[in-house]
Amino acid sequence: MKRYLLPLAGFIVLVVFLAIGLKLDPKHIPSPFIGKPAPAFDLPDLHNPQQRVKTGDLKGQVWLLNVWASWCVSCRAEHEVVKRFVAMNETPVFGLNYKDKPEDGKAWLGALGNPYKTSLMDISGDVGIDWGVYGVPETFVIDKKGIVRYKQVGPLTDSIIDEKIIPLVRELDTEAS
Amino acid sequence: MWIRKGLLPVAIMLLLFAAVSSQASIDAYQFDDPEKEALYKKLIKELRCTVCQNQDIGDSNAELAKDLRRKTYEMISKGEDEEFVLDFMSQRYGDFVLYRPRLQTNTLLLWIGPFIILIIAVFVLLRFIRRPADEVSFTEADKAQAEQLLEREE
Repeated sequence: MKRYLLPLAGFIVLVVFLAIGLKLDPKHIPSPFIGKPAPAFDLPDLHNPQQRVKTGDLKGQVWLLNVWASWCVSCRAEHEVVKRFVAMNETPVFGLNYKDKPEDGKAWLGALGNPYKTSLMDISGDVGIDWGVYGVPETFVIDKKGIVRYKQVGPLTDSIIDEKIIPLVRELDTEAS
Repeated sequence: MWIRKGLLPVAIMLLLFAAVSSQASIDAYQFDDPEKEALYKKLIKELRCTVCQNQDIGDSNAELAKDLRRKTYEMISKGEDEEFVLDFMSQRYGDFVLYRPRLQTNTLLLWIGPFIILIIAVFVLLRFIRRPADEVSFTEADKAQAEQLLEREE
């Protein structure tokens, strides 16, 4: 009887490891930016290209950066969620119009509604790379000190907004800037 | 006529292969130094495309992989070294982007794990080899019987 215990124990350990492996989502890559200062950008406004927005201008408030593009299919579904969130007046959402043609981006917002405080144009995708964007849509929550506190890869959903984003934003609002 | 019929599927297959192989990365980057080119070629094989996951950025045709190749090219042509490019990528995309994980605290087990398993295996093997054979009960009667058998052989 005893001689079977050791292989059995080994088997159980193996099964546990495989079970954990099955539950992991390989598409989810932990962001190295959590807890670190938001990467700097200096980008033109989609609707008013003479106007530029820098990361430094946004300090002192909690804000969201939502990466979107007119060619991104799941952004369309996410857009309704973003609009709902903005309507709640919790905190401003900035758009990063990633690797898009400005006219396409404007037409997309024109047709679906524009919830963004400002949409920033990242035509080359360089700012996207600086922010480690790999799966549009992505959303970042940045605190008053300009530190990235949360990253959502893939579309926001109502439950993510209600269970994660809103509690986090409210908590960050109470922090000193 | 039969020749044409037989060759058509072959021709189609060849065309399909041609289409696939021409899909590989075809950016025409110019380098002023063959060493830089070699480094570029090495690096695009060592950086993972985060969109397609099991491809390096050299193999992938995803938009992001193209952009990352461009970034890699820009950095190398400016004269940056391998460490700089790998740091640039891992700061933005995390360690996951490196196909060859670096030796650091959270990858320590990954690097020394196989050696630990080897040591355990050798230890178990040695114990197994050195273990005395199972005790066999050998009575006087058995001994007598054995002797009897041996004598009969002679």
